[in-house]
This record gives sequence, structure tokens and C-alpha cells, in this order.
Amino acid sequence: MRMETDLNSYIVSYINSKTKAAPLVVFRILFGLVMCFSMIRFWLNGWIEELYINPSFLFKYDGFEWVQVLGNGTYLLFFICGLSALFVAIGFKYRIAITVFFLSFLYIELLDKTNYLNHYYFISVVSFILIWLPAHCNSSIDSSRNPIIKASYISRWQIDILKLMLAIVYIYAGLAKLNYDWMIRAMPLTIWLPTKVHIPIIGALLDQKWMHYAFSWGGAIYDLSIVFFLLWKRTRGAAFMLVIMFHVLTAVLFPIGMFPYIMIFSTLIFFSSSLHANVLQSISRALPSALVYIDNGKSYMSKNNKLFLIFLGVFMMFQVALPLRYLTHDGNVFWHERGYRYAWRVMLMEKTGYANFRIVDTVSQKRFYVRNDDFLTARQEKEMATQPDFILQYAKYLGKHFSSQGHKNLAVYVESYVSLNGRKSQPFVNPEVNLINVDYTTLCNNFLIPLDE
Amino acid sequence: MRSVATNLVICSLVILMSISCGGDDQSSELQDTFNRKAMLQDWSDLMIIPAFDSYLDQVVALRDRKNDFYNGGTLAGLEAMRSAYLSAYREWHAVSIFDIGEAEAVGLRNFTNIFPSNIEEINNNIESSDYNLALPSNFDAQGYPALDYLLYGQGLDDLALLSRLQEENYKTYINDLIDRLYDLTNGVVTNWENGYRDAFVENDGSSATASVDKLVNDFLFYYEKFLRAGKIGIPAGIFSGTPIATSAEIPYADIYSKEFFLLGLSAVEDFFNGVSYDNSTVGTSLKQYLEHIANENQSENIAPLINAQFQSARILASDLNPSLQQQVLDDNSKMLLTYDELQKAVVLMKVDMLQALNIQVDFVDADGD
Repeated sequence: MRMETDLNSYIVSYINSKTKAAPLVVFRILFGLVMCFSMIRFWLNGWIEELYINPSFLFKYDGFEWVQVLGNGTYLLFFICGLSALFVAIGFKYRIAITVFFLSFLYIELLDKTNYLNHYYFISVVSFILIWLPAHCNSSIDSSRNPIIKASYISRWQIDILKLMLAIVYIYAGLAKLNYDWMIRAMPLTIWLPTKVHIPIIGALLDQKWMHYAFSWGGAIYDLSIVFFLLWKRTRGAAFMLVIMFHVLTAVLFPIGMFPYIMIFSTLIFFSSSLHANVLQSISRALPSALVYIDNGKSYMSKNNKLFLIFLGVFMMFQVALPLRYLTHDGNVFWHERGYRYAWRVMLMEKTGYANFRIVDTVSQKRFYVRNDDFLTARQEKEMATQPDFILQYAKYLGKHFSSQGHKNLAVYVESYVSLNGRKSQPFVNPEVNLINVDYTTLCNNFLIPLDE
Repeated sequence: MRSVATNLVICSLVILMSISCGGDDQSSELQDTFNRKAMLQDWSDLMIIPAFDSYLDQVVALRDRKNDFYNGGTLAGLEAMRSAYLSAYREWHAVSIFDIGEAEAVGLRNFTNIFPSNIEEINNNIESSDYNLALPSNFDAQGYPALDYLLYGQGLDDLALLSRLQEENYKTYINDLIDRLYDLTNGVVTNWENGYRDAFVENDGSSATASVDKLVNDFLFYYEKFLRAGKIGIPAGIFSGTPIATSAEIPYADIYSKEFFLLGLSAVEDFFNGVSYDNSTVGTSLKQYLEHIANENQSENIAPLINAQFQSARILASDLNPSLQQQVLDDNSKMLLTYDELQKAVVLMKVDMLQALNIQVDFVDADGD
């Protein structure tokens, strides 16, 4: 009974405890700027056209088939997304801006599963969380126009929730590395690193077996422990140097775009609120007056605070549970990929595949093969050939396509082979199964041929 | 605990330092590093450049025999032109794979060997004298397939053909076709000679735009699209359900079609195994690269499996009629058997080889994770 009261009072005092708003404000500014830059970069690289406008067929997420490419309007969508990110950075109409950013970014991600990346998912989740946080309470146009919301203190949980999100990312990424291929075979780094020997300075060592193990084990230990070293004040500075070194190294070695930089700026949230406040104040002279950080000693007041806390609490429980759903499926998750996404499995496997679709007229027994590049881009074909849900979706599309061309009583089969983490290629989908009859949600057991380890 | 973290950082720094300083004195231990640059050098110096040089010679010879023919107008001149045509067409198979640099930029293959050709389009062009061979719509109205129709396919006896070809419109068209082959090829050769060779070799990294990744993709594209599908699969009806004999390569001088398939297969085998253009040496190759990786990782070496697959396709092809068109009409099942053997190598190369060598198939250099 006594302990229960202690716990209750601890929770109550935690919920009511305040801290300086500066870390959240810094996070908002950097998040907005980096997102705006990402959108511009995506545009200038020509990826809007290549990844979204050019493909004739897009792999939709279940339930989001209604999400359509808007033709040249897709550019407008990216413009809105980038502009709202800039508004987030300067704190202009913040709640609307971050909501628009979240929705437009999510819409872009929902256009084609092919382009799923964990760091895009991370951005979606973080921007969703930011909708419910008062990140505009200082150093923002909003707070300079409307002094009522100007505050230099917020609830402690409003910063801790972002730390929790980062902890989920790192720890699940670390746990995912604790598997036979990564730890014992040093795969897939054994495949990836030797092709980087042309890189200056460290290149010469990347062909060495011990380096593959050092990177594998080092990566796993880093992911599993870094959050704890960042949380503890005495190790924080050193841990942040490690964060920079680790992510810069991955940026040099792998084509992972903005992800390293997003993680580096995100981990700044672990630094003390007074440090953030000091930094903001020391750069205030360089900022336009509306964006200056003012320590007015007031706490941010909102009658919705508790409601948002409960809502986000449930959301975070969902975030903790979601990566574990693969446990409900038998077999190797790298092979069947059920529960693979949204689980922080980052740079974890090398999977190469080939899928050759056979269309059979079941009455005349006439048969022919499909040229995948008639329908898919090289990038889509690559992703499709290794992911069962893509194969099924594409097979059904092919069935419809050829039926509409006047073929009747069609069956669609696939001869597919996949190589996982350096194993010799193996048959993937059962070539005897007519894919038109397979329902992914209630998969018949013989759809995939199990991995022979 | 502070010391633990500090040690961690110091350790990492020490590792980085030792790595950066260790480059020179450790190089003797690092002999087993596979050198992508050496492979690029051998590809360009032993294969690509000599093959293009020799091909250009054949195109020049074709142009010369064509000029001789139009100067003399004799049957012997026609025969000499036809024979130069076949030699150049044969030699084309040694360079078709190398669709990179200038060849890729100008679309060399699209303007050289797209078949079946469009007879109606060719006749229209000749009649109207109004055409632009640089347009993609004219891919199938030029190159060797168009010349196959003009020199072998008009259903005329030699004397009638002799006078037909000397009609002004025909003369202009044939001149234009052969000049175009020459101009495009000459541009590619000049480009290799003037700087592209070094740019190609220097781009020795590993990304979608690195030379190794690009050329291996070109190689696989050639194998899948032009050798497996173009020469065997499409005429055998793999993608249509019913055989299309007329879509075979060189349908008029059709007795050369199997030879051309075998030339394409040889070019593929030579590239894979690093055999120099003049057959005198063996350079650094994909085969060696696969051996190296298998050795390093103690995994199965798939290079022999790939070569065995080429070999069994060759054996099955030996049973085919010299005219693949005829073979499709007589007994298409033999075409299908050859196709199946070619297909098995696709899986070995596109799945196992690409994985082992970590070659990117995605031409969009977008982000991954």
C-alpha cells in the first residue's frame, strides 16, 4: 500500500514537473530546417519524377489504395511539404504547419511501398508526436505575435517523449542485430564493406575479415547502449562524439541520404535544457527579433496537456509493441518479411531476387512470360523480387491487366529465386501456386518455400 | 564510468588513426584485396577498345565496298558489299554489350540492331526521301536489319536487285544508313580515345553510377534482352504464347541467325571470363572477382556454375538449324530448350552474382536504409 502511494505520487510529480523549453525549441528548429532541406534535395535530384511520376504501377499499402500520384501536382505536394517544414522551423502557425507537414509527408510515403525507408517512417512518427507538443512556445513567430503562449518552461514529459522515441529506434535497431547472420557470419557487412576499398584512409581495411566483425559487433553494441550513455550526464559528451563518428561513418560507407544527419541532430535532445537555453541565448544576436529566445520564467499552459499526455502515452505503447509483431509469425523474418517494416531493422540484410511471372490460360494451356520492365522501374522490380507482399500485389495486377486484354481463365505463377546475406539463391515463392487465389492476410502455408539455412 | 566512455572514444580514435596511418606499411598484407580498378583497366584495354577499333575497321570496309559498288555497279561489287556487310554485322556482336559512355549517350545499339525492322517504314522513307534517321521512330528502319532487307529481302533476283539498288532513292538511303553506322561508331571510338577511357577506369567505386556497376548492368541487360530474349525467346514465343518466327534476327539472310546467336554468346562468355579481344590473354574478370569473394567468405564459387550454363546453352544450340527462323517453324521445342538453359544463367547472374559482388541494379541513385 505504501509503495503504491509512493509510485502514484512519483507519477503525479513527474507529470507536473517542469523543465526549460529550450531543447524542444531547438529540436523544432532543426527538424524543420532539415526537413525543408530534404524536400529541396529530393526535388533537385529529380526523384519526384523518377520515383513517383514515371512509374506506371505503384505498390500501394493495404487500405491506402486511394492514395494517388497527382501528376505534376506531385510537385505542389512536395512544395507544400517543404514550405510547411520551413514554417515549423520559424514557428509560424506552428500547429497547422506541423499538421500539414505530417499529412503531406505521410501522403508522399503512402504513394508507393517501394520507397519505404525506416528513416521516412521515423520522420512520420516524430512529426506526428510534434503535433501535440508546444514546440512553438519560444523562439517563434507565433510566440512573438501572441505573448500569451510565450513560455520558457514546459512539462518534462514533453521533452522526454522524444528521448523515448529515440530510445525505441536505437534499442530495437540493436536487438534486431542480435541474430546469427549479423553476429556470427558478419553478414551483410562482409558483402558491403569490401566494395568500399576505394574510400580514402579506411578503405584499405574494409576488405579485412576482422573489420567486418568489428563493424557488426560495434554497431550492435552502439545501438543497444548509446541511449544509456546519452542519458547519463557524465558520459553524455563522449557519447555524443560517438554518435557523430558512428553516423558520419555510415554516411561515408552507405547511400543512406539524410538519415545520419537526422539522427545526429535528434540526439541533441539528450543534452541539458540549460545548455540548450544558453546556446539559443548566445546566438540570439544573429537572429531576427521574433526568433530570439526569451526566458520569461513562465510555464506553457494548456488545458489539453493531460489529454495529449494520455493520447501520446497510448501512441508510445503502440510504438513499443509494433516492432514485436513479427513474433507472431513462424520462420525467418528476413525471409518472409512479415512484421519486417516499422521495426527499425536498418541496414540489416542484403537480399537479391529475381521473379519471372508466367501467365497461363487455364483452358487452352497457352502460356507466356511477363517482361517486368513493361510495368515496373528497375527500382520497383528489385524491391518486388524479394518481398512476398509485393510479388502477390504485382501478380494480381498482372492478372487484371492481361484479363482486360481479353485473356480468360488466367492463372499467374511466379518462378522466383532469392539470395539472402550471401547464401546461394533458393526458390522463394512456391511456383505451383496460382497467385491470383492467394490472400496475403490469410496466407496459405505453401505460398513461400521456407529458407534453407 | 567517465573513464569507460572516455576510453571508448580514445579507442575509436586510436583505431581511426591507426587505420589512416596504416595504409602504407600494411599494403603487403592487403594483396588479397580485389582491385576493381584493375578489372576496369583490363575491360577497357583488353576488350572494349580493341573490339571497337576492329569493329570500326569493318564498318569502314563496308563503306568502302558500298562506294566501290556504286562506282562500278557490278554483280561482283554487290557480292563484295554483301560480304563486307556480314563481316561488319558479325563484328558488331563483339561491341554490342558495351553500351556505356558515348555508345549509351547516342543510343548506338538502338540505331544499329533493332529487329524485326519495319519494312513499310523503310519503303516509305525511300519513296518519300523525307526522313530523319536520328528519330527513335526510325530505330527499326535503319542499321543492319534494314540493310538485311535491302540487300537480301526484296524478293528480286540478283540482276533485278542490281538495278533496284542503283535507283537514286535507294542509293541515297543505303548511303545514309552506312554513313550513319560509320558516324556513330566513329564517335564512340573517338570518345574512348579522347579521355573516356581514363574517366571510365577512375570511376572505380561502388554505387549505381560506378563503372563496374554500370557495365555489369549493361552486360546483364544485353544477356537478358538481346541474347536470351531477342535472339531466342521472342521468336520462340516465350513472351507471347505463340512463336513469332519472323521476329528472328537477320530474317532474310536467315542462314546466319544461329551464327549470330553463338557470336553473342561468345561475347558474353569472353566478357565474363576476361578473355581479351584478340584471345591472347586473360585479364581480370567477373569470374576472378567471384572466385575471390568465394575464397574470402568460404562460400560456394558460382563462376563455374555460370560457365556450365553458358556451355549447356551452346550444346543445345548446336542442335538448332542455322536459320533460327526455320527452327521455330520446324520444331520450336528445341528453341525452348535452348532458352531454358539461357534462363538458368539469368538467375545465377542476377541473383547470386549481383549479391556476391554487391552490384546495384537500381539506376536511380536514391537513398536506401
